[in-house]
Amino acid sequence: MSGANDVTSQAGQTSQTSQQSHGRTLSLTLRIWRQDGPDAPGRFHTFDAPNISEDMSFLELLDIINERLIEGGDVPIEFDHDCREGICGMCSLMINGRAHGHELATTTCQLHMRKFSDGDVITVEPFRAKAFPVVRDLVVDRSSFDRIIEAGGYISVNTGAVGDANQTPVPKEAADTSMDAAACIGCGACVAACPNSAAQLFTSAKLAHLNLIPQGQPQRWERTEAMVETMEQFFGSCTNHGECTEACPKEISLDFIAFMNRDYVKAKIKNRKLTGQS
Amino acid sequence: MAPTATQAAGSAPVFKTKRPLPFPLNIYQSAIGRKWVMAWTGIGLLGFVIVHMIGNLHLYEGPSRMYEYAETLRDLGGGLLPRTLLLWIMRVGLLAMFVVHLHSAYTLKERSRLASERAGFVGGAKKYASKRDYIAANYASRTMRWTGPIVGLYVLFHLADLTWGWWLGDAYVRGDPYHNVVESLSSIPVAIIYVVANVALAIHIFHGTWSMFQSLGVNNPRYNGLRRNLATALAGVVLVGNLSFPVLVQAGLVDEDNRDCPINDTTGLECLGETAEAH
Amino acid sequence: MAESHSGPNGASNGVLDSRVPDGPMADKWTDHKFSMKLVNPNNKRRFEIIVVGTGLAGASAAASLSELGYRVKVFTFHDSPRRAHSIAAQGGINAAKNYTNDGDSVHRLFYDTVKGGDYRSREANVHRLAEVSLNIIDQCAAQGVPFAREYGGLLDNRSFGGAQVSRTFYARGQTGQQLLLGAYQALAKQVAAGSVELYTRTEMLDLVTKDGRACGIITRDLISGEIAAHTGHAVVLATGGYGNVYYLSTNAMACNVTAAWRAHRRGAYFANACYTQIHPTCIPASDEFQSKLTLMSESLRNDGRIWVPEQLDDARSPDLIPESERDYYLERKYPAFGNLVPRDVASRNAKTVVDQGKGVGPLRNGVYLDFSEVIERDGHPAVAAKYGNLFDMYERITGENPYAVPMRIYPAIHYTMGGLWVDYHLMTTVPGCYSIGEANFSDHGANRLGASALMQGLADGYFVLPYTIGDDLAARLGEPVVPLSDPVFAQATSEVTDATQRFLSIGGTRSVDWFHRELGKIVWDYIGMERTAAGLEKALSEIPALEAEFWADLRVSGSGANLNSSLEKAGRVADFFELAKLMARDALVREESCGGHFRAEHQTPEGEAQRDDENFAHVAAWEWHSSDTTQTRHIEELEFEEVALTQRSYK
Repeated sequence: MSGANDVTSQAGQTSQTSQQSHGRTLSLTLRIWRQDGPDAPGRFHTFDAPNISEDMSFLELLDIINERLIEGGDVPIEFDHDCREGICGMCSLMINGRAHGHELATTTCQLHMRKFSDGDVITVEPFRAKAFPVVRDLVVDRSSFDRIIEAGGYISVNTGAVGDANQTPVPKEAADTSMDAAACIGCGACVAACPNSAAQLFTSAKLAHLNLIPQGQPQRWERTEAMVETMEQFFGSCTNHGECTEACPKEISLDFIAFMNRDYVKAKIKNRKLTGQS
Repeated sequence: MAPTATQAAGSAPVFKTKRPLPFPLNIYQSAIGRKWVMAWTGIGLLGFVIVHMIGNLHLYEGPSRMYEYAETLRDLGGGLLPRTLLLWIMRVGLLAMFVVHLHSAYTLKERSRLASERAGFVGGAKKYASKRDYIAANYASRTMRWTGPIVGLYVLFHLADLTWGWWLGDAYVRGDPYHNVVESLSSIPVAIIYVVANVALAIHIFHGTWSMFQSLGVNNPRYNGLRRNLATALAGVVLVGNLSFPVLVQAGLVDEDNRDCPINDTTGLECLGETAEAH
Repeated sequence: MAESHSGPNGASNGVLDSRVPDGPMADKWTDHKFSMKLVNPNNKRRFEIIVVGTGLAGASAAASLSELGYRVKVFTFHDSPRRAHSIAAQGGINAAKNYTNDGDSVHRLFYDTVKGGDYRSREANVHRLAEVSLNIIDQCAAQGVPFAREYGGLLDNRSFGGAQVSRTFYARGQTGQQLLLGAYQALAKQVAAGSVELYTRTEMLDLVTKDGRACGIITRDLISGEIAAHTGHAVVLATGGYGNVYYLSTNAMACNVTAAWRAHRRGAYFANACYTQIHPTCIPASDEFQSKLTLMSESLRNDGRIWVPEQLDDARSPDLIPESERDYYLERKYPAFGNLVPRDVASRNAKTVVDQGKGVGPLRNGVYLDFSEVIERDGHPAVAAKYGNLFDMYERITGENPYAVPMRIYPAIHYTMGGLWVDYHLMTTVPGCYSIGEANFSDHGANRLGASALMQGLADGYFVLPYTIGDDLAARLGEPVVPLSDPVFAQATSEVTDATQRFLSIGGTRSVDWFHRELGKIVWDYIGMERTAAGLEKALSEIPALEAEFWADLRVSGSGANLNSSLEKAGRVADFFELAKLMARDALVREESCGGHFRAEHQTPEGEAQRDDENFAHVAAWEWHSSDTTQTRHIEELEFEEVALTQRSYK
């Protein structure tokens, strides 16, 4: 078993001696939104968080507060999180009035405490929009995004019904731009940040991912109309502030919104012709 | 709607879908289509604002040139059309654009308000308990819903003031725009209204110009920087041009001291017409 | 140790029928597809299939099955199918397309996978995997997955850890995300068509069986706390791996073994629990409070050079250490493969140098992965185009700029090759219960090659299960589902309700996370990268002690009638305790080193893994009896017709 104990601290599997962090520590005050259910009234609770390592992520800070709440017999704060590496889109939170906090191109799980200063008061709220009702505390329901995808955010190819992958060349530029759009993680920060609660950035990213490449062309106009109109069942109207792009952890460009706007009006015209409607 | 067994609250649509109208009216039924219409009417209205401002610069050429310019507008279409017909068509078109622009703005604002209901919606933007820290949204974009109505009210005021002559009373001379403008703008309160309204108009144009490319979807990443410049330039030109009138009148640089024709709607107008022809 | 046979090489008791078809390896799958029974298209709608999990395997299976006409119910504990942890895979997906004309073939991918798995996988399964890898790329490209392209518009490939051909397809550093979105979109299409019922934020807590056959599941609605039963003709578990038993791993926080483990407790054998994979390129932990480890794509090893200072405890900044005082230990020891040796070899070597005291970073817990040479050769923009998002991610987490300073990396638990035992049809030992993706003991043997996890998940879901499930269902045509009124459902529902209530009523003092962390320490210490008999025995005494404390001193606050993540975690950690014991037992009995299972007692003089093909060329599948007795070990002998067993050598 030689060396097994050495490994312990190496991979961070916490040995008692590694308690002290090598970075500086912060003392913070947190105002956190708590709400028992969708229709229950919410309110802020204040927590002191002394001795926070700057290498910790924001969610690890919440972990510590929760651990303390449990020790004290209280109910821990519910918050959405999963992969903690910025890709699943599960984490959310408005931190000091910014979706995912003030670091650009960063999800809350990758927001590290070294970006804060000693003595900071941090206000934490759920993402807010009517289509994102609060489930509990900081957890909101973002399933309206799934409804938008179900409306047409796919290419209808059944399993097995396709030819060789290289039969359809895709111009590199198209593939790259499509990938830029497809990088969206569906976290909803765009809606949260939008003063109008509009979901233009999410929808346009999903739309552009498929509309930009040859495989997406057969359903392009039908898809555009269906996704936009489903989006409009849930969300507000874009006024081109640009807050969404700034809040987006994947820096999805506003240009995709313009692309969607263009495709939508085109779709209205093309679909009329396609269906023979006069 | 998908048959998801655990239909969570978030799945419930906030807005009902309306029965589709025939093409092309259905474009206006959607928010994106409505923004598209708003952009086009915005372009129309902006075009009017710019032409109107440039036309008004005739003021600096004196009463008779100004009179000539006003007459030219009424004579648009030459001898082909009855006098003032084309002008009226343009006026009606302008009015229609104005109404549609206003209607779409109001309904879209309402939509955003409803979509943000649980988040609170104060002064045209939804509210978080913590102070919102805006990054991209600027003063112009966040105040469109204020600058818009200010400009709207101002337009009514402006019509009542210089087209209908409601409060200039006997001093108002139909057909002598130079006189009316100078008369009206010499009053300090009126000058202030013009200044405030035109600042609001410029702010509105600043965001509107940038925004309409987005709404129409005619932007290109390569030229996005130029859009900002264009918005600044247009807002600036309109601001400087329009503000010059009240400011110069108030400064006494535009007045009626060296006027050749009398101020009335009979001999005065004849005189202005003759002077203009003599040029 | 309860054994169903006399010795490690004893004959199987016949329970483990792998159902591998006869015939030449290359024809097995093709022939078998013809010989399997079919369900008439009109009859497919008479079958109800439950799919648990919506990662690559689950989403692709649910979509494909419903396209065929089966009625499908799909369950995920996430708020959306698209959150599953497949989304975090960065590097790519293998396929034997040979688009690069460098000599790849189905046979080579098959051979590499068997060899990479250290000859502990079932040849027929692996060959099938290599065959359908071709279809996967076709399918995904047609779905609109934005794979990287050449300028001519054709698909780009790169080489990936352990492979000598370029067969890896990728979408920037987000291949897993894009493939999952593809599968999710296919699923969304079927949900919209009304042929899939989607249950979100719903966790499976038990498998229901009647007369030994799977007939449904018990779930808990994570928002309302409602415990409900669901019935079906077949249950498919696509619930991922159990890496989170280590507490710190590259898995997402919610990844767990619960669904698979509850199936195990209902009769599904759990195989090769000790085969866990350590990923060589993770960001070293920075402190005690770390909740997870972040993986950097293995593709980084293509261009980065791994080194440590020659000198012990060298505190100099890396740029001050001259070339002559650096040890590029992988290039030195394995000239042919260099930095691209398989994961286990790379990981163990990193551990060796760190144990020697040559580790780098503030906690001396990493090795350097240096890009200065490639930046100099190809230029900053080229490197940024290839690895930009990985570099950004590294900088975000560590606060260091990897363009200027070498990255620090260290191994972490990443993937589990073990899982529910399945036959060639991907059916577990419980008839009617299938397991696909990482949740099964899979095709990877004792070690998984890079870019093969995505391939296996999608192979199972798109191209294997939709065929094999029909063969078994065809025989049951006309049989109705077991009605929910059947006592088996009431019984299982009340058991789950009681178990849930039990966590809430312990009323101790410590949080679930505390127990999870403590368990993780034991598992990492004794069942981690290197195992010994003594250490495993120690684990087997420490784990039950901690487990007893868990049941006595756990505190779960809140109620069971609403969203309560502590309660969810409590159930998962309880299962991790039982799993950890099985891992230790499995590792203890396997007296050899192979792939991800390294027993310190069994190594070559050079410190390489020493297999024992004579006694251990088999799968160990464990049968559950009760909480009080240990599981019984069954074996499935592995026969190698195509690939000759050789000691792996990457020299």
